[in-house]
Amino acid sequence: MTARPLTFTRFRDAQAELERSGAVLFRDADGVESLVIRYPYSISYIHSYAEDSPFFLGLAEGRLRGSKCRKPKCAFVYATPRGHCMVCGAPTEWIDLPTSGRVHSWTTCHFGSEAFLKETPYNLCLVEFDGVGSLLLARLKDCVESDLYIGMPVRARFDPNPKYSITDVWFVPGP
Amino acid sequence: MPVRARPKKGARPPAKKPAFTSTSRGRRVYMVTGGLTKFAKAHPAMDFRLMVKRAYDYAIKGIPNLTPDRIDGTRISYFSDHFARQLKAASMVQDYLGMNPKGSVRIEWGGATGGECFQAAYEAVASGRMDVCLGAGFETMSRVATWKGNEFIALASDTNFDFPLGGFYTGYYALMVMRHIYEYLRLGKFAHVQDEREAQRLAIAEGSRIMSMVSVKNHLNALHNPYAQYPKRLSVDDVLRSEMISYPLTREQICTMSDGAACVVLCTEERAKEFTDRPVLVTGVGCGTDTMRLADRPFGKVPLLPHERARDYEKLPYPGVHSFRAGRAAGLEAYRMAGITRPTEELDFIELHDAYASSEIQTYEDLGLCRYGQGYGFVERGDPFLKGIDYGFPTPEAGAMPVNPSGGLIACGHPVGATGLMQAVFAFWQLQGTVPKHFGDPALQLDQPRRAAIHSHAGTGSAVTVSILERRFR
Repeated sequence: MTARPLTFTRFRDAQAELERSGAVLFRDADGVESLVIRYPYSISYIHSYAEDSPFFLGLAEGRLRGSKCRKPKCAFVYATPRGHCMVCGAPTEWIDLPTSGRVHSWTTCHFGSEAFLKETPYNLCLVEFDGVGSLLLARLKDCVESDLYIGMPVRARFDPNPKYSITDVWFVPGP
Repeated sequence: MPVRARPKKGARPPAKKPAFTSTSRGRRVYMVTGGLTKFAKAHPAMDFRLMVKRAYDYAIKGIPNLTPDRIDGTRISYFSDHFARQLKAASMVQDYLGMNPKGSVRIEWGGATGGECFQAAYEAVASGRMDVCLGAGFETMSRVATWKGNEFIALASDTNFDFPLGGFYTGYYALMVMRHIYEYLRLGKFAHVQDEREAQRLAIAEGSRIMSMVSVKNHLNALHNPYAQYPKRLSVDDVLRSEMISYPLTREQICTMSDGAACVVLCTEERAKEFTDRPVLVTGVGCGTDTMRLADRPFGKVPLLPHERARDYEKLPYPGVHSFRAGRAAGLEAYRMAGITRPTEELDFIELHDAYASSEIQTYEDLGLCRYGQGYGFVERGDPFLKGIDYGFPTPEAGAMPVNPSGGLIACGHPVGATGLMQAVFAFWQLQGTVPKHFGDPALQLDQPRRAAIHSHAGTGSAVTVSILERRFR
């Protein structure tokens, strides 16, 4: 007789067993049995930053770079850079952003995606800069939930060992 | 073929054509039936094909004239190939339903996938391409653990600038509602408080309490909806004390992952008469979009609805991250097409995409149920609550503008590709007056509603659809 996988009536229990043995039988309230298996999948992407590349190279040098529309009549300034202006469609040029700004909005994540669960709790904030028309999303460190408020002055810090990721820059409280 | 005479020199140019004329709308499109599975944490005994088949069989059951050969083609929606772990899953649905070799296309537009599917089916009929179109959608989110599922969903944010920071949709919506609370409670009700931090703390507490009322409403409405995943009676304190996910959003203010399917059948007037004596007409469709990154939302002027004035919003930076410009754009288009100028008076209820209790409140304002900034007061007055249900707190204006009588996403669940179609099915049953039959419970049936809106919304408001449905029978 062939061995049958263990049977579960609670899906949560079935999930736990799947991690261990790779196959379970799930029996629902109507008595219908379904065979459930584990099906792993992983991949490494070849991810080009393309026209955003100078931003990430800038972080590695401790520079925070935004972009500015080249069309003088528009001249929109972006904190999160983009190759072309979304207002008028003209190409943009690279500019240095101030490294100090203010919290436009914030949250503390007590849960997160699987990739970031081990980092919880972490703070996210949108930073606003003087003279800049858009915002920058970043981690906010060296502070806890009860310290945070909208309008709080923050300044940028850079990772001395760059990973070439947006996480190479983060903000801390202070002017 | 007659040749148009050239206009004489100096003649007046032809009058500008309005955006929507009776001819540019195409053919009139009716909804004649719909069906869905119960939404659940997991349906291990049904794969996506069987779920859609069950929803479809339910929809066509009891309509003798609506045999599969009368359906000209399909539009099939699901959000994520990651969840499906099966590319071309829509082709497999088409196949399983026995629809080959009819035409079909897969629809995907983030959280608004189901709403887009409804409008794609509408367009297939309005354009004359099909007389009868099946719109079907599903999602199988139980196929990965919850936090992995959150990661898949977060991949629907910019993977250069947003995702690596801790990509998490609840976090993004928390950022949005924090600013909403700041704009309208800190600078509104708590404007008199001198200490900035204290003022913000008070505003967040007040916003959280009112968001919890929305959660109580939707969970409680769903007690009478057998299709709902998490119907329950909660108090405001229960919601506030549930686990903190992303400050200030707690677990009970957030929809869950679900398995489920839903479908609609849309058709021409001629066909509708053959299928049912209680057809529902689609009188408006609208869609809006916004930047993928929250950080890029510009500060400009509010696109006004007919009942609003520019002076209402003189000092309001819009949309920033506090409001959904895509929702406003979708509402404007759909209302204009349906001839709606006063939404609260001309709509009888709304099935609204409440992925978060916060976004339900933000959306009241986008859809003009109240002015920008009055969403919290709208809840406190009780307008979006149902009459005759005891929510555990006073709801003096209950029944004025019922929102999510079904329980919405927060209580019904959110199997993404099915969700917008689920709203269409619930709205259709309301307008038909058949909720007691389909739910086996008369409690949620509104008193002869004539016109409804359904509203479907993609990640942080990057795309929103609004469709208007109207009863067309006595």
